[in-house]
Amino acid sequence: MLQALAMGSEVRFVEGEEIKADAVEDVVYRLCPMHIMRLEERMKELRKGEVLELQTDYEGALSDIPEWCSKTGNELLGVEDTGEYFRFFIRKRAD
Amino acid sequence: MLRVYLDHMATTPVAREVLAEMQPYLQGSFGNPSRPYDLGAEAREAVERARQRVAELINASPGEIIFTSSGAEANNLAVRGLAEAHRRRGMHLITSAIEHHSTLNTFRSLQKQGYVVNFLPVTRAGEVLPEKVEEAITPSTVLISVMLANYEVGTLQAVREIAEIAHDRGVLVHTDAVAAAGNMEVDVEKLGVDALSLSSHTMYGPKGAGALYLREGLRIVPLIYSGVQEEGRRGGTENVPAIAGFGKACELARGALERVERLCWLRDKLIEGVLEIEGVELTGHAEKRLPNHASFIVEGVDGEALMLALSFEGIYAGNGTACISQVLRASPVLLAMGYPAELAQCSAIFTLGRETTRREIEYVLAKLPEVVGKLRRISPLWKG
Repeated sequence: MLQALAMGSEVRFVEGEEIKADAVEDVVYRLCPMHIMRLEERMKELRKGEVLELQTDYEGALSDIPEWCSKTGNELLGVEDTGEYFRFFIRKRAD
Repeated sequence: MLRVYLDHMATTPVAREVLAEMQPYLQGSFGNPSRPYDLGAEAREAVERARQRVAELINASPGEIIFTSSGAEANNLAVRGLAEAHRRRGMHLITSAIEHHSTLNTFRSLQKQGYVVNFLPVTRAGEVLPEKVEEAITPSTVLISVMLANYEVGTLQAVREIAEIAHDRGVLVHTDAVAAAGNMEVDVEKLGVDALSLSSHTMYGPKGAGALYLREGLRIVPLIYSGVQEEGRRGGTENVPAIAGFGKACELARGALERVERLCWLRDKLIEGVLEIEGVELTGHAEKRLPNHASFIVEGVDGEALMLALSFEGIYAGNGTACISQVLRASPVLLAMGYPAELAQCSAIFTLGRETTRREIEYVLAKLPEVVGKLRRISPLWKG
């Protein structure tokens, strides 16, 4: 079902594949648009090439975050669905 | 006629300094705190200054404070929000039988949704025994909520000890500190709790503001859905004047705590005098009680009748929480403490404030025996 929600976007679901993150931001149960606000804030703090893990239960993030990544040139490495929330792994653009 | 207000558990007047703090945000700096322009920024600064002041009162970080509309909302948010956020870990919850209705009714509503809730019994003095908490914990327990001080009988609970027991078993702890805050030290670090509820209007702030302390890093499911307000944890445009006033009230409360001995002295003088009346018993714990709290059972006198009769003499007291049964006018708190129904409806509560004077206490002590005597003469409850 969730895969269907993400259809048409660039989401790659990962399972059992551990992506190493340099920072973690937990916005589980925080209301929209906290997932985008916190994502922007935290990405500014990261160095080029570093990876942020953003945790959110908001299903709209499955379209918002890929869109944000394509607009800003950051790379969405993948999304893990824990059953309770999503773990988005985003690498800060290198240039 | 002297007017003596001794119902500070029900509400307090707004302090002069608090009103002054609120006024700019009703008209001049009336902006929405979510707006980026100067009017919005002024309102945002007021909210954040208040957050800092609330945090300082309870030794928390500003980011751990979520503003709500009331203490009741804070209790609802804590109990429901934490239970739902940790539902996958378990659906067993623990509270006491003498919590405020906003806590008890939230637990009752969760019961209907499949949660299992233990309502722990209390002693005759209104204490929740930590060993009873320990016995009630199961592997699926996720949350314990026990108030710091009881509104009706003033008894202080061993929250710190309960929190230690709970944390050893991986259980979250919430405490309702509405009755306690402003009247005694409330320190989230010393208490070791994960969540704590506060209300503005019982500590010389305005009505319409409350707060939930939520330990950093804890997840909570919101009650009110909107957007970015309160970091996405409580929707709705902030009640800026009330929040600003609440913040000032917290700042004033820190100073007032230094004068708590005076309050204890007045309280003890009142208790001593009231107990001289025949057929009167102190309710709650004799020592472990709020510094401003004196509560009694006045045999043969209906609590509500006494409250009204005293008001005709200019004395404003309380008789328990507002939602007592209209059929049986007994206090659920006193019933839970083991008092029979005929005594549990004879509750009289006097809660002192910062402005209470010795002269006012003497006036109450002079009037009370007369009022009680009159009511007993016409009371079917009085067998004396």
